[in-house]
Amino acid sequence: MANWKYQTTWAGILTSWILLGALLVFISLGTKKMENDPKGLQNLLEFLWDYIRDLARTQIGEKVYRDWMPFIGTLFLFVFVSNWGGALIPWGLIKLPSGELGAPTADINTTIALALLVSLSYFYAGLSNKGWRYFEYYVHPTPIMLPFKILEDFTKPLSLSFRLFGNILADELVVGVLVFLVPLILPIPVMFLGLFTSAIQALIFATLAAYYIGEAVEEHH
Amino acid sequence: MDSITSAASVVAAGLAVGLGAIGPGLGQGNAAQGAVEGIARQPEAEGKIRGTLLLSFAFMESLTIYGLVVALVLLFANPFS
Repeated sequence: MANWKYQTTWAGILTSWILLGALLVFISLGTKKMENDPKGLQNLLEFLWDYIRDLARTQIGEKVYRDWMPFIGTLFLFVFVSNWGGALIPWGLIKLPSGELGAPTADINTTIALALLVSLSYFYAGLSNKGWRYFEYYVHPTPIMLPFKILEDFTKPLSLSFRLFGNILADELVVGVLVFLVPLILPIPVMFLGLFTSAIQALIFATLAAYYIGEAVEEHH
Repeated sequence: MDSITSAASVVAAGLAVGLGAIGPGLGQGNAAQGAVEGIARQPEAEGKIRGTLLLSFAFMESLTIYGLVVALVLLFANPFS
């Protein structure tokens, strides 16, 4: 562990702020003139809203899903926009003095921050909904489960962050290697595959976050 | 980095991805088999089956990706160098 230094990653912060700004503009444009018969952008946003609501409702349950829908939706949209923004916007054209711009989620700091947010929120969801009875979950079927359940609290953010980080980085690396070997045409299908997997990873991140929150608020009988 | 550490790191990086790909490969094969059987039995449920299949594929794939992360750490951010 000799030369692991703390490094600030301005490139990741910069791209995530740019993408967040784009997302904000996109959503405020879509909700500016709301009509009864949605069309165009408003239609798309309503479709997204429905999608996120269904996701939250199936994972968290009818009773409390409304409290957590904004969080799940934010996670989904942020991860989705980061993944696609990193792949679709030609960041390579912008030269930086140090580091390079790319998908914010290809940076381990971003994904660990998101995963820790998920951890905090499922603890908060459990404690605020059930009080101290939340800790019954740790000894739920039998007290033998206690060490495993405690270990799970550490592996959840670990797997959540590494899954997202690894997938996005792997996409970028595969495209990079292919562009290095065959610069023409051949990388294009792989790029589409990358877009597809990044969309699925955003969905998985949001689904798992919702599932963990749902697990914490679930009533045992 | 001395040569024995770098050699061991490269071998370990290869093994991490290679061995990590075995389990998820078998798992994805099983899942695809189940999905094909399901579609053959009930062609009208194809859309639902495909969605679930892709979601579970991504879960299995992430196991190999963990191996890839370990391999990348060994190659580019080796803690023992």
